[in-house]
Amino acid sequence: MLPLLLILPQLLVSLLFFFWPAAQAIYQSAYIPDPFGLKTQFVGWENFEFLFGDRYYLESFKTTAIFSILVTVLSMSIALWLAVMADRIIKGSGVYRTLLVWPYAVAPAVAGILWLFMFSPGIGLITWYLDQIGVDWNHSLNSGQATGLVVVASAWGRISYNFLFFLAGLQAVPRSVIEAAAIDGARYWRRFWTIVFPLLSPTTFFLLVVNVVYAFFETFGVIHMITAGGPQQATTTLVYKVYADGFVGQDLGSSAAQSVVLLLVVGLLTIIQFKFIERRVHY
Amino acid sequence: MATVSLKSLKKSYGRDEVLHGIDIDIADREFIVVVGPSGCGKSTLLRMIAGLETVTSGDVLINDENVNQHEPMDRNIAMVFQNYALYPHMTVYNNMAYSLKIAGTPKAEIKERVERAAQLLQLTEYLQRRPRQLSGGQRQRVAMGRAIVRKPAVFLFDEPLSNLDAKLRVQMRLEIRKLQRELGVTAVYVTHDQVEAMTLGDRLVVLNDGYLEQFGSPIELYQRPATLFVARFIGSPAMNIFDGMADGTQVTLDGGVRIDTGIAASGRVKVGVRPEHFVADTNGAFKVNTSMLEQLGSNTLVHGTLAGASGAGAAEIVVSLPGIHTEAMVGEGLSVAPSELHLFDPDGKRIDG
Ligand SMILES: Nc1ncnc2c1ncn2[C@@H]1O[C@H](COP(=O)(O)OP(=O)(O)OP(=O)(O)O)[C@@H](O)[C@H]1O
Ligand SMILES: [Mg+2]
Repeated sequence: MLPLLLILPQLLVSLLFFFWPAAQAIYQSAYIPDPFGLKTQFVGWENFEFLFGDRYYLESFKTTAIFSILVTVLSMSIALWLAVMADRIIKGSGVYRTLLVWPYAVAPAVAGILWLFMFSPGIGLITWYLDQIGVDWNHSLNSGQATGLVVVASAWGRISYNFLFFLAGLQAVPRSVIEAAAIDGARYWRRFWTIVFPLLSPTTFFLLVVNVVYAFFETFGVIHMITAGGPQQATTTLVYKVYADGFVGQDLGSSAAQSVVLLLVVGLLTIIQFKFIERRVHY
Repeated sequence: MATVSLKSLKKSYGRDEVLHGIDIDIADREFIVVVGPSGCGKSTLLRMIAGLETVTSGDVLINDENVNQHEPMDRNIAMVFQNYALYPHMTVYNNMAYSLKIAGTPKAEIKERVERAAQLLQLTEYLQRRPRQLSGGQRQRVAMGRAIVRKPAVFLFDEPLSNLDAKLRVQMRLEIRKLQRELGVTAVYVTHDQVEAMTLGDRLVVLNDGYLEQFGSPIELYQRPATLFVARFIGSPAMNIFDGMADGTQVTLDGGVRIDTGIAASGRVKVGVRPEHFVADTNGAFKVNTSMLEQLGSNTLVHGTLAGASGAGAAEIVVSLPGIHTEAMVGEGLSVAPSELHLFDPDGKRIDG
């Protein structure tokens, strides 16, 4: 009885914030509400059929994939590089740590505004510099630039988090193992790729999962602030589209169906990650 | 073929000097053991030879070449760490092959050398295992294997046996000595275990608090300890030390016992006597108030205090007598041959006659 009592709060929270909304989404995905929200009409699979016939929806799959990969790779590789540098000068790492942690403390939406200011087509500082070297920057018109900016702004927010984990991981690699490799003849980068990086793989895997999930969901604030999904939906990810269609477009049936698809995609990703990748990271 | 020389080698961490000028010349194929209490700087000394610590001042020479500025990989040395430092994500085979791969050795030769080392160390059946699937003794062997496949000029060991149980330690000790002879490499071996030091080393380096106390063969250290520290450190049970007043070739111990030393000295001195150098002698100057007898069969250990002629002295004394003795027999008196006495000045330096 006591164990049940102890997990009850956790169960309630899960029910309230996960299972209940999920059930609602599944339920709603089979209906179309009338424009005034007074009546709903059962339509079966129609919402889904419509979705997969929608060019923009299919595009947003691709956008999400590109976006997740870019954000994850960019933020993780920069964080790893910084962590390696900080680890080399252990003494300075206290300073490094504080310096590199503060981007994490900035809320995504605020960070989005900062980036927006810097790159704002009319008044942005960086836009001005770019203009000086002959680059015409306008991410509200150029979809490549828009994607780039959103990716950089999102990755930026993740660097501190990834950095902390990488640094902790690096410092957990036994010093004597690295020294043994040095005596065995491996120079710095050789040691890094053959000893340190493999020993870091549990950390890397963990961050990979966390960052993909982040790129899927948490980047909402950044996208919303900088591009609002535009231009021509070039930066509309699956999650942003759920919001845009549901709250802005008031197409609740389609939005619910998208949520269900999203649920399946994330479930699938998680299974893939743990089934196939995790098997290779343990030693 | 390798000699190693340390020339007034010093090491400081910030303002703390932890090694205060060490001079050692190690001959080719010699087995040198560095011994001393915890924190005396043994590992630091070894790591400076390996190139894992920078040299603060002085020189490290390998084959008469100054290697102060050489990276560890450019010194042709191999090291066995206390915690073995195996690569956890590699198989035993790859652990041993790692250095050869880096050196660009042909695959066939790598295979041959690793397999021969594995055979030598009885690791053949474990080649495909990961370190975590091995026992402590097996891991220790892998660490040895990793060192020997490279055919280095110098072997460095930092307390390689301290994580093993007593029996395995004795066995591995013999194996290490045998391997070193067979391979004909120079070895520097760090330990804080004086028995290990005495049995392994051709010569011993005794370190104390960053100072070199004595450098010599085990027998030299036992027979002619250069300092009080060495006298106490080498030998088990430890040497008895009595305070006294020297006058010519005689010393009056603080309890009143008067002994002939045959060594000319004057003023305050310390007299050292090894427990095993006492002999039962009814005319002996030393009388013991026994507090405990330990009968070991082959010998008898007597613990007690030295009873002075005036009865005032209370110096602790440990005596080891051959064969079986009773308390009554011990009480009769003990004597020591003058040649077995060691005299030290108040600074702990040996006084020679
Ligand atoms: N990185 C370091 N920074 C500052 N002091 C150090 C450092 N490494 C070692 N020391 C100091 O140097 C002294 C010698 O250390 P060392 O590790 O050589 O001792 P040791 O003889 O190997 O002891 P043990 O038998 O416990 O291994 C110690 O007083 C230690 O505190
Ligand atoms: Mg040590």
